Amino acid sequence: MASKTKSPPAAAIPHGLTREQLLEMYRLVRLTRSLEEKLENLFRQSKVVGGLFRSLGQEGESVASAYALRRRTDGTGDMLSPLIRNLGSMITVGATPAEVVRQYMAKGDSPARGKELNIHFTDYQRGFIGQISPLGDLVPVMAGVTLTFKQRGQDRVGMVYIGDGATSTGAFHEGINFAAVQRCPLVVIVENNQWAYTTPTRLQTAAKSFVDKAPGYGVAAEKVDGNDMLAVYGAAKRAVDRARAGEGVTLIEVMTYRRKGHAQHDNQSYVDPAEIDRWAASNDPIDRFIVTLKENEWASADELRAIDERIDAELDATIAEAETSPLPEPEEALTDVYADGPVRAPWTRHTPADPTQA
Amino acid sequence: MSTVVNEKPEAVRMSEQGKPVTLLEAIREGIWEEMERDERVFLMGEDIGAYGGAFKVTEGMQQYFGAPRVIDTPISEIGFTGAAAGAAHMGMRPVIEMQFIDFISCAYDMITNYVATSRYRGSGPQPIVIRGPSGGYVRGGPFHSQNPEAAFFHTPGLKIVYPSTARDAKGLIKAAIRDDDPVLFFEHKWLYRRPQLREVLPAEDYIVPIGKARTHREGKDLTIVTYAAMVHKSEEAAEILEKEDGLSVEIIDLRTLLPLDEDAILESVKKTNRLLVVHEDTRTGGIAGEIAMRVNEKAFEWLDAPILRVTALDAPIPYSPPLEDYFLPQTEDIVKAARHLANY
Repeated sequence: MASKTKSPPAAAIPHGLTREQLLEMYRLVRLTRSLEEKLENLFRQSKVVGGLFRSLGQEGESVASAYALRRRTDGTGDMLSPLIRNLGSMITVGATPAEVVRQYMAKGDSPARGKELNIHFTDYQRGFIGQISPLGDLVPVMAGVTLTFKQRGQDRVGMVYIGDGATSTGAFHEGINFAAVQRCPLVVIVENNQWAYTTPTRLQTAAKSFVDKAPGYGVAAEKVDGNDMLAVYGAAKRAVDRARAGEGVTLIEVMTYRRKGHAQHDNQSYVDPAEIDRWAASNDPIDRFIVTLKENEWASADELRAIDERIDAELDATIAEAETSPLPEPEEALTDVYADGPVRAPWTRHTPADPTQA
Repeated sequence: MSTVVNEKPEAVRMSEQGKPVTLLEAIREGIWEEMERDERVFLMGEDIGAYGGAFKVTEGMQQYFGAPRVIDTPISEIGFTGAAAGAAHMGMRPVIEMQFIDFISCAYDMITNYVATSRYRGSGPQPIVIRGPSGGYVRGGPFHSQNPEAAFFHTPGLKIVYPSTARDAKGLIKAAIRDDDPVLFFEHKWLYRRPQLREVLPAEDYIVPIGKARTHREGKDLTIVTYAAMVHKSEEAAEILEKEDGLSVEIIDLRTLLPLDEDAILESVKKTNRLLVVHEDTRTGGIAGEIAMRVNEKAFEWLDAPILRVTALDAPIPYSPPLEDYFLPQTEDIVKAARHLANY
């Protein structure tokens, strides 16, 4: 994406990014936060079915890491698998607010057609695979995705997100070990947001740092300030380049903080409120990005405001539209279980059998 | 890393040459042919490469097809099952081996939560075959003799295949590899090399459709519904019953447990009016219970006697011969149950 505008005035933009790309990153991170805020309003109005999971305070690392991928819409780009707090990464590779809102509302025209929830949805064209709730499982799955890239001689890369809590699973270990042995082009983003539901990281692992685990697997590692979007982008870009060059797996530990509860129903009674306030006041990824953009004269306040306003208007229209979407037909519950047509209706419940007539 | 050889070894040309094959050789031929037919098919598992697998099912495959298509994995059932799922997402058709099917439980989460639900969740088809040696009668003890099919029988989205003859084994493994749904393919290790099961298979390409039972033996006095090794134990029992009691026993070999061929079961029960279900797996929560209940719901009026079952006992499978013999269903158990039914 070549820049057609004036070259950056004061400081040179790092990592070979252009001013347009910085503005795009800003739009994506702002869109992520605004979308979640709107979803929270819908949740309060009981229009969200089930739980709502916010990524408040970590949107920056999701967007910046996914931004380092080769983003395509024709199924030839890189692939990622998000966790529940990686809405930003999905938005970055092209998931739309309309899809996300419909998913949360369990609509029949949502990507998973009412069979799965929140951001658990998949699109191979745009390059994302929805996670499932047993944590860690997508690490081996993405190992297999990237194994296929390697088998086919494609220079595509996979990126999988995992929380500090999920690194304790056997699936994480088996997946990263498999990918390491096979030298799969895989980037593993360990998001150290310091909480796994109510469990702090110190009760999750005795390791001082998650990057310390990498040498044990024989993979490269990097630790990065997760709320510094340009630093995250830089680390992700280096890891993606390594993977694309055939140098195998990289583990990136992003240091960040979960400012909301595990989900909306979690009141965070186990957290010192001062801790949350401290992160909100001095370490918000969007605030920090804005300061960087303005200080370096990479973007003006007017430009950023214009982006904010456009997002707001677009989201309102999107939500109004989603609200009119129908819920799925009940019988849809039996479709797509198998390749060869819907499963036979459960005959004892909906159509009780008469053993004398069978 | 092994060197690739281009010549197809003698061991997988038996059927081509009209020679009889064992059940194990039939499976090997089936996988081999599917790998030749479709380059998306590849194998993963522990020690399956240069060594050819613990039971030698994949012998010669890495040398012929190359290491990228026959991958030796770390000991990591959830890892390589997950990797198979990821590869399937990308359009591949992985066939993975559980060195002993007992270890499939390590991948239970990946199979039931991830693989079985993928299509339903909108993440697309999972054309994976998960195969491995199962079953007892070989003194393998608690972790090398299990029949874990019931643990997966309850999971919509999976298919479960468990053949009893060389012909079916080859036709079903080929069908499983071509199937667009995940298939658990159980191979009874007691049947792998049994000389009695050697048979000459068609030289040409054939499949046996998944989901269709087979009448192993025609009869009119009572039906035995069974599968895998128990087909042969039931056959022995049927011969004794014919000789000593003059009873005509029908044996239905299910071949596929999921989906269950309910029509075949009902049709036979309506003909013989007596049903004995025989399986090697333990009793409580076993597949026999589901079969009996379906017959109760759909063919109660045709029954002249209560449905009986012969199964393993509700214990882990033991090691020492007298213990294993006592624990597993034997031919005389089937004879006894059948006599009780016939005389009811």
